[in-house]
Amino acid sequence: MSNNIRPLKLSGLEPLVITPESNFINVGERTNVAGSKKFLRLIKEGSFEEALEIAREQVENGAQIIDINMDDGLIDGKEAMVRFLHLIAAEPDIARVPIMIDSSKWEIIEAGLQVVQGKSVVNSISLKEGEEEFLEQAKKIKRYGAAVVIMAFDEKGQADTFERRIEIAERSYRLLVDKINFPPEDIIFDLNIFPVATGMEEHRLNALDFIRGTAWVRENLPYCSVSGGVSNVSFSFRGNNKVREAMHSAFLYHAIKAGMNMGIVNPALLEVYDDIDPVLLTYVEDVLLNQRDDATERLLEYAESVTQNIRVAKKDDSWRQDPLQDRITRSLVKGIDAYIQQDVEEARQSVDRPIEVIEGHLMTGMNVVGDLFGSGKMFLPQVVKSARVMKKAVAYLLPFIEAQKEGVASTNGKVLMATVKGDVHDIGKNIVSVVLACNNYEIIDLGVMVPPEKILDTAIEHQVDIIGLSGLITPSLDEMVFLAKEMNRRNFKVPLMIGGATTSRAHTAVKIDPEYDCTVVHVNDASRAVTIAGELLPQENDHHIAFAKAKKEEYAKLRKDFLGRARKKEYLSIEQARANKLQLNVADYDPYMPNQLGIQVLTDVDWDELVNFIDWSPFFRSWDLHGRFPDILEDEVVGEQARELFKDAQEMLAKIIEENWLEAKAVFGLFPAASVQIDDIEVQAEQTYTFRTLRQQSKKAKGKPNLALADYILPKESGKQDYIGAFCVTTGFGVEQRAKAFEAEHDDYNSIMLKALADRLAEAYAEMLHLKVRKEYWGYASEENLENESLIKEQYTGIRPAPGYPACPDHLEKETIWELLDVESHTGVRLTESLAMWPAASVSGYYFAHPEARYFGLGKIKKDQVSSYAQRKQIAMEKALKWLAPNIAD
Amino acid sequence: MTKPSIQQILQKRILVLDGAMGTMLQKHKFEEADFRGDRFKDHPCDVKGNNDLLSITQPEAIAGVHEAYFKAGADIVETNTFSATSIAMADYQMEHLVDELNEQSARIASDVAKKFTEQDPNKPRYVAGAIGPTNKTASMSPDVNDPGYRAISFDELRQAYKQQAAALIKGGVDILLVETVFDTLNAKAALFAIEELKEEMGLDIPVMVSGTITDASGRTLSGQTAEAFLISIEHIPLLSVGFNCALGAQQLTPYLESVASKSTFAISAYPNAGLPNAFGEYDQTPEQMADQIKTYLEKSLVNIIGGCCGTSPAHIEAIANITQNYSPRPLPKTNPLVHVK
Repeated sequence: MSNNIRPLKLSGLEPLVITPESNFINVGERTNVAGSKKFLRLIKEGSFEEALEIAREQVENGAQIIDINMDDGLIDGKEAMVRFLHLIAAEPDIARVPIMIDSSKWEIIEAGLQVVQGKSVVNSISLKEGEEEFLEQAKKIKRYGAAVVIMAFDEKGQADTFERRIEIAERSYRLLVDKINFPPEDIIFDLNIFPVATGMEEHRLNALDFIRGTAWVRENLPYCSVSGGVSNVSFSFRGNNKVREAMHSAFLYHAIKAGMNMGIVNPALLEVYDDIDPVLLTYVEDVLLNQRDDATERLLEYAESVTQNIRVAKKDDSWRQDPLQDRITRSLVKGIDAYIQQDVEEARQSVDRPIEVIEGHLMTGMNVVGDLFGSGKMFLPQVVKSARVMKKAVAYLLPFIEAQKEGVASTNGKVLMATVKGDVHDIGKNIVSVVLACNNYEIIDLGVMVPPEKILDTAIEHQVDIIGLSGLITPSLDEMVFLAKEMNRRNFKVPLMIGGATTSRAHTAVKIDPEYDCTVVHVNDASRAVTIAGELLPQENDHHIAFAKAKKEEYAKLRKDFLGRARKKEYLSIEQARANKLQLNVADYDPYMPNQLGIQVLTDVDWDELVNFIDWSPFFRSWDLHGRFPDILEDEVVGEQARELFKDAQEMLAKIIEENWLEAKAVFGLFPAASVQIDDIEVQAEQTYTFRTLRQQSKKAKGKPNLALADYILPKESGKQDYIGAFCVTTGFGVEQRAKAFEAEHDDYNSIMLKALADRLAEAYAEMLHLKVRKEYWGYASEENLENESLIKEQYTGIRPAPGYPACPDHLEKETIWELLDVESHTGVRLTESLAMWPAASVSGYYFAHPEARYFGLGKIKKDQVSSYAQRKQIAMEKALKWLAPNIAD
Repeated sequence: MTKPSIQQILQKRILVLDGAMGTMLQKHKFEEADFRGDRFKDHPCDVKGNNDLLSITQPEAIAGVHEAYFKAGADIVETNTFSATSIAMADYQMEHLVDELNEQSARIASDVAKKFTEQDPNKPRYVAGAIGPTNKTASMSPDVNDPGYRAISFDELRQAYKQQAAALIKGGVDILLVETVFDTLNAKAALFAIEELKEEMGLDIPVMVSGTITDASGRTLSGQTAEAFLISIEHIPLLSVGFNCALGAQQLTPYLESVASKSTFAISAYPNAGLPNAFGEYDQTPEQMADQIKTYLEKSLVNIIGGCCGTSPAHIEAIANITQNYSPRPLPKTNPLVHVK
């Protein structure tokens, strides 16, 4: 009978039955935050709808199982897993395949198991924490009805030899099958695929041991499967796709023969085994199967010779012998500026008119850069470096061009870029400018704090093709809306691009798009800017018209959905919300009186100490490299770029300190305070100041309070004296002058680098000062002893929320901080008309010491609270509405 | 004398399950006051339509239905507990009665079964505790505008099912029947709860699962094909798996074929009396239905057979009669594990 086998059966809406006759089962991994940068970004942004498209694409492209992983420090993994699986369940063309629930956290796995109706696969559990936990989890998995991936990992560590692999596999199998009756066909072993040809002696057997281990497992442990992540094996050849593709195919060829029947393979990185160049195949198999002592060296040599290879062997100048165009392209792709003038000069002499060098040699090279970037083979920092080389080349040619009075080379189009009025943040805008410039757009960059009239007048004067607006603080959103209205009033027909950290597709669709009859597009990252600009420009086939129409429709739909959704949320009246405030236990809490009350000014900082407080992850994010520091340095996809960027950052940081590039200043004050009228905080300084705080109004689950920052300060009537602090730190003085100097040398890379570092230093200063306040100046946590990692995770007592951020999105309260601490005369940091701090690398906020104080998000509030706020603050309702607009529920 | 285990009997013959409960109760024309009885005369909301409540307020009527089906030749009757979970009872503000409803319904059915077994020990009678799907779905959103929303979680279902199953066991049922499964995730929560109970109580009660293929698409309401449904629930050692409701015997055939060839469990079927007419009534006669079921028997597709909506004791009698002439679908043996070493 046919039932003398026990096939692995899985299901989504449809069955997947894996028998010995089945072909290799391909698991899609693009819905894994560690496997796809794009997916990670979408999940972080909360763009689950778009993330679903990735899942759909994978299934369409033939993935038979989709692996879903939400393990990232900045994501609530459990919530994201559940939400994504819920949404998948509603998409029959995705939900037809089984799900692989992938997490290193059991609670995420279990949450996932509770929301899939089909038989899924858990990825993974292991003996890492011992037999008891292993069996307990396996038993639950069985009860939920799922198969399981078992990692070759035990109490002693990860299996890295043949013997360890089979030892752990056999032990796991016997425990599962004998102790808890786990169906053996539901066991899938991941026997750890590790890189080969790393140059380390102990890695020579990595592939062979996996293959041998697979054969042993399939022969000795009946009915189970063997899986693995294939791309690991070629890790040392990152960037050399030709070699990687060959390695993947050859590895799979042997592993499948040995019995590997499923795995994670990127179909884009797979060569047909028979199509592999026979020489390369020999070299690759020698490495994989450890057939020669010099196998690694031979493959490395071969790899260097592969022309498509974009890695550069260090100190290998042989490329200088290549033809001129190749050299120029290489300089641009690799961001090498050492030879560019020399090569451009050679090119100039070879043509009639110097402009031909720009239109020919340099554009050819930049097109390669554009293609590589567009296909994800180059990363943002590299492109910015390429731009630096390009700018230097053009600067060298300009005098020759002007001498011939040829005019400027033709470009794809003119783009006006500006950070809107009242906002000083320009890192993102500069990156987009550079990327567009690289792609042969002429950029008119009006800088920061640009008034709307200037933007529009300049647009007319220069007849620009696109206007790009950027902003980082919330009031900038309203500036953009205003600008869109103005453009309509003045009959503009120029498409509008919207970008910057606070902007979003939803805001663009709901608030900006309806105000302007022509196209408005939200650009969510720099890499999208080029494609979008291309779509916006007039083309002969009228594609831009279709694009414009599609965008309008997309946003109209989004608007409709969004408004439909927004209405469903339930809100409390402000009285009800206040009645559900957080009630501090007054009896058990005696506020700690600060060791030093009053205002203090710090005019210098120990820079070496300060550097230790830097949180590097956001630094990488500002360069579009996503991942947590320090893991990102070892990331398979962006690790190499991250290391290079980090190295450059360290070098500049050393200069910033040694050569005193920047000034660091801080002012802070600690004062007696009490909460009054429930939502206000009265501060006793030389005169009385009052902070108005905003209270959450969305309906909470039972037992959860509606928070306002005032809840963390004891009320006057408590009879106990409480305290509050406020601060402003800056590391921004000196940035502008230096950045301008870099820009004058056509060095946008270092200009952006400096701004990004200054931002990080300001945040670090805020963190360091907060620590000193907790331990010394205020002293309520004098015993605290936390590492930087714990600081980043905010494991300390008390909080330092900043106006303009989620707990207190109201920027107006910055004015109160400025008055209370006299910030401007003490530090020179001033507030713009949109209440952004200038210089940009500054941080201000409050200090709350209560042990229950937590960071929270205000969410949306209702008009009744706005009205109460306006009354308490004695400002006009219109003013309150304008400033709080982003937080008012529709 | 104890009766033989149901597994033993399944090896030998096809077992007959009862037919519809609701159709039979309609004949009594119970009104609000009858549903309430004395005990619930001050209950704050209307309770008419809460058929499960009748086990408390009209126990003789329920016992009467069980007797009618046993007389017609049924081997197994289902308890009157289709909606007796805290989730479904919330509609009637009767969550607090869940333990009592299930225990009482189980007692009524067991008492009748015992009486019939004593009358004819050669035909032992069994009681299956009916565990319905509840009125909420764990893998579908009730809100078309918000596909990510869920009205109920796995854990809430698990707890509700656990309470129901425990009370049914306490009341003396022989089998638990997780039925009319239109969302597999709900069923998985019920099975999870039952496994927990079995472990905690140290008993091994047989479990039947019966899914519902909603229409000619051949899928459950939650979108699964018959085979995917089978794969999603077969991690639990079941007595039987099969389908009921929504379709008539003829329409159900391909889906039974699909699972019968792939499952090592017994196969059950209790279809409706055809498809409803324009007035929502079922007019397939007992003979017509039995004739369609003959196809199952000739193809050796089933081990347990009965009826769902629109079926009466007359239908069950017709089915029982024809079933006598056929041998059951042979029960495949699972491949024993080959232990190496």
